Amino acid sequence: MHGVGKTFERGTVALDALDFEVREGEFVSLLGPSGCGKSTALRIIAGLSTASEGVIEWPNGAGQIGFVFQEPTLMPWANIAANVQLPLTLAGADEVSSRATITQSLQRVGLASFADAFPRELSGGMKMRASIARALVTEPQLLLMDEPFAALDEITRFKLNNDLLAVWRELRRTVIFVTHSVFESVYLSQRIVVMTSRPGRVFGEIAIDAPYPRDERFRTSAEYAGFCRQVAETLGKAMATGGAP
Amino acid sequence: MRYAMSDRVLRIGLPILVITVGVFIWHAVVKVFAIPPFVLPGPGLVLATLMADGGLLWNSLLVTLLTTFQGFLLAAVGGIGLAILFNQSRLVEYSLYPYAVILQVTPIVAIAPLLLIYLPQPLAVLACAWIVAFFPVLANTTLGLNSVDHNLLALFELYKASRWQLLWNLKLPSALPQMLAGLRIAGGLSLIGAVVAEIAAGSAGAGSGLAYRIAESGYRLNIPRMFAALLLLSLAGVAIFFALSGVSHLMLRRWHESAIERER
Repeated sequence: MHGVGKTFERGTVALDALDFEVREGEFVSLLGPSGCGKSTALRIIAGLSTASEGVIEWPNGAGQIGFVFQEPTLMPWANIAANVQLPLTLAGADEVSSRATITQSLQRVGLASFADAFPRELSGGMKMRASIARALVTEPQLLLMDEPFAALDEITRFKLNNDLLAVWRELRRTVIFVTHSVFESVYLSQRIVVMTSRPGRVFGEIAIDAPYPRDERFRTSAEYAGFCRQVAETLGKAMATGGAP
Repeated sequence: MRYAMSDRVLRIGLPILVITVGVFIWHAVVKVFAIPPFVLPGPGLVLATLMADGGLLWNSLLVTLLTTFQGFLLAAVGGIGLAILFNQSRLVEYSLYPYAVILQVTPIVAIAPLLLIYLPQPLAVLACAWIVAFFPVLANTTLGLNSVDHNLLALFELYKASRWQLLWNLKLPSALPQMLAGLRIAGGLSLIGAVVAEIAAGSAGAGSGLAYRIAESGYRLNIPRMFAALLLLSLAGVAIFFALSGVSHLMLRRWHESAIERER
């Protein structure tokens, strides 16, 4: 996968001639007000719904996709290990060969000691970690995340932001991250695609060329604040033009 | 901890207290008004009859329980199987579901005599037990299969799960709580179905189940034996309920809210 060009349009309702590119290994955020079709765009990329117009181009083939939903979406009847194993099970992998991969995936998100726990025994943040571990277990080329931390408290959220960045730097997979938080998108991404609402379309792109690793020092830096202001202004303009045909 | 203990004591103690008082009042009323046993036998006499006729009643109980169990098993297999079939094919669901409802809403007492004409008696009794018991299994399992988390469905679709994997790994486990609730109802209902059919068959004479004993004792004005048989029957119902509740609890205790005690 080398520079993915996607163009899709979808009626007048959700997305209108949405057009942007994502390069391999890149961390891109889709930022926009709620109802702007960010999630719809993500689902179309994942193949979970179809674009009514336009196409998605995959110059280097689509490959494996991992998806993290807004809710942890774990199977309550299965323990964490079995939940993480699910993509492998569905692909027909046998139990024994999966075991090491599952352990590795759980270690990556810091849940190694909770393999036997059931989802209801975990906190919201830990459930989300399990959900991320499941998305990573197939080593997908592309990781799609649909406001995964929106329901978490700020402390947990910051922690997961840092851990997600660490995982991303280790694996170097492409991430498309949907969020409605300016601060989160600036902290995480290399590039932010700002969308307008109703109909959803790309309003502008902002590159966040601050170096990684980013940590709490970055979060409190003037540079970070500057990016946030810039992105917030763009988002403000995007919302002002939103609703126009 | 102390709270849990005292709650448990009350839960078990209070019903025992109520039944003790009830039995005592029953005994006192029979004694004080000198009611003859063919009108209302006292609790002592009922118990004595239960002992005296124990062998006969026990055999009848086994017959009824066997029918109940077979009916329940058929209802479970039929109900779950049909629900899965409905879930897999909308056409089959549309074609058959109305008739499942009709079968359910027609009172079983009215169907039983007809079945007794067409089927040999044991088979007719079994059919009755099945007809009453299978619908709650069907309805509950259908509900369960249809209320799978949409995001989990999307996830399975993303990983290109086959129809079989979708059913086995997602739909069936997710429908398990509702399925078990249906089975719990079906246990009691199949006993009712068996009893109704035995009563309807009663005059045909071939039956030897517990309900048949009740009918027979009624004709002979053997009221104490009626009570004794009734007692056994309701004990059987209670046992079935507890057994199925226990199974349900065991299967759900690790993950389902219904089986987990709320923390306070």
